[in-house]
Amino acid sequence: MTSKNKWLSAPYILWSALFIIVPLAMIFYYGLTDKTGAFTLENITAIMTAEHAKALWLSLLLSLISTLICFLLAYPLAMILAGMKISQHSFMIFIFILPMWMNFLLRTLAWQTLLEKSGVINSVLAFFHLPGINIINTPYAIVLGMVYNFLPFMVLPLYNVLSKIDENVINAARDLGAGSAYTFFRITLPLSIPGIISGVTMVFVPALTTFVISTLLGGSKILLIGNVIEQEFTQASNWHLGSGLSIVLMIFIILNMIVSALFDKESDGGGMEIL
Amino acid sequence: MKNTAKKIYIALIFIFLYAPIVTLMVLSFNASKTRAKWGGFTLQWYSALFQNRDIMEALGNTLFIAVISSLAATVIGAIACISMNGMKRRTRSVLLGIANIPMLNAEIVTGISLMLLFISLGMRFGLGTILLSHITFNIPYVILSIMPRMKQLNPSIYEAALDLGASPGTAFFKVVFPDLLPGILSGFLMAFTMSLDDFIITHFTKGAGVDTLSTKIYTEVKKGIKPEMYALSTIIFVTVLLLLVLVNAASGTKNEKAKEKES
Repeated sequence: MTSKNKWLSAPYILWSALFIIVPLAMIFYYGLTDKTGAFTLENITAIMTAEHAKALWLSLLLSLISTLICFLLAYPLAMILAGMKISQHSFMIFIFILPMWMNFLLRTLAWQTLLEKSGVINSVLAFFHLPGINIINTPYAIVLGMVYNFLPFMVLPLYNVLSKIDENVINAARDLGAGSAYTFFRITLPLSIPGIISGVTMVFVPALTTFVISTLLGGSKILLIGNVIEQEFTQASNWHLGSGLSIVLMIFIILNMIVSALFDKESDGGGMEIL
Repeated sequence: MKNTAKKIYIALIFIFLYAPIVTLMVLSFNASKTRAKWGGFTLQWYSALFQNRDIMEALGNTLFIAVISSLAATVIGAIACISMNGMKRRTRSVLLGIANIPMLNAEIVTGISLMLLFISLGMRFGLGTILLSHITFNIPYVILSIMPRMKQLNPSIYEAALDLGASPGTAFFKVVFPDLLPGILSGFLMAFTMSLDDFIITHFTKGAGVDTLSTKIYTEVKKGIKPEMYALSTIIFVTVLLLLVLVNAASGTKNEKAKEKES
């Protein structure tokens, strides 16, 4: 299986060139030109206008908060799952993939029903004489939607690395007198860094760029940077401005990738082997 | 004590993940048309569903796109993995890096970039453009599930087959392919799931008048979702759940049998 097979990669290389590289080049072309085709940086600097900057800032804030919450929820869960018997492994993984088979828009919309003033959650809270929560159409609901939708993307890579940690390493640390907290911070946590990085990337990027969750759970008043870009393409039809703002968005994605690469040098996809 | 705490934690996360799904299932039996009120139990949305031509057409499109795009992505991805394995490390990592772009990049950027491409090629927006886009974002999932298996392969086994007189084709299909099969299958499943659940990229690459379930739901959001949609998603979900349980049960008994044989 050596050099003879090289031509076999031709379909894939052609496909990637036509449908990945060329389209990205077109975003740069549109983003860096105006309607007459002349070079301009206006579409990029448009991010500085109050409306756009506010949307970008809010997107960054909400996606960072969501990523942090996902991490804090997922890490203990992944540790518990990794410590379980092997026969339960695949079943547990299925449980996290399974929700994807219910349409993602409907699942997110269902939170409206759950969160409404007279919705399910408030009825339950009222039953226990607890104060109701009223977060629908606020940034809190958007964060909840992000955590809900992207939590599995944090759990699976973490689970993958944690289940591969050799138990003897942990036992050795314990034998040598390390306490459980010390063992966790000096052994488990550092060994799980590749998983943390995949998880953070897989939550942060979709959360930063979403326009669907904010539309469904944030009412129509809260605009994230994704909403702004989507509107430029579907309603305002200003592809140049939309592309320019997308370039700004990609800068953040690339920053994220660089940070990941620095932490995780032998990355061949991290903990993404899911099934 | 510690175990109970663990179980409670898993249960809480489980409730968090499944509460919306249960909500949708309950809504599919709700006689009242609005989400907010419970109007009694009914099966009318299930019978209305099959008469709703729009939804049936969207379902047909969704399944068609998911099947064809994941098959095409699996073929292209599998062939790419096999050919990349023989390449120099550097070439391979560049190619793999490019493969990862649609997965690491924001879906909205992938969506609009493809939209710009199709517009400048003067293509008509419709099933064809959706299909091309889905194949593109499915390929990385296939490559990611096959590549790790590829690395575990022992090249000497293939060479041994050749030494023993097998033709390269026979050696490949008898020796290499069976080892790759689990990776290929999980890649296909992953791609299928992703295609089925996709909204964002379809949103930018579909034409007017062509809808998948996702885009149909999105246009219904403001008018109010038709309860038939809840019925349909409940059917899909329960079908998949049953299939998974069956497959799990089947592989479970297989494993037990294998264990019995060993002992």
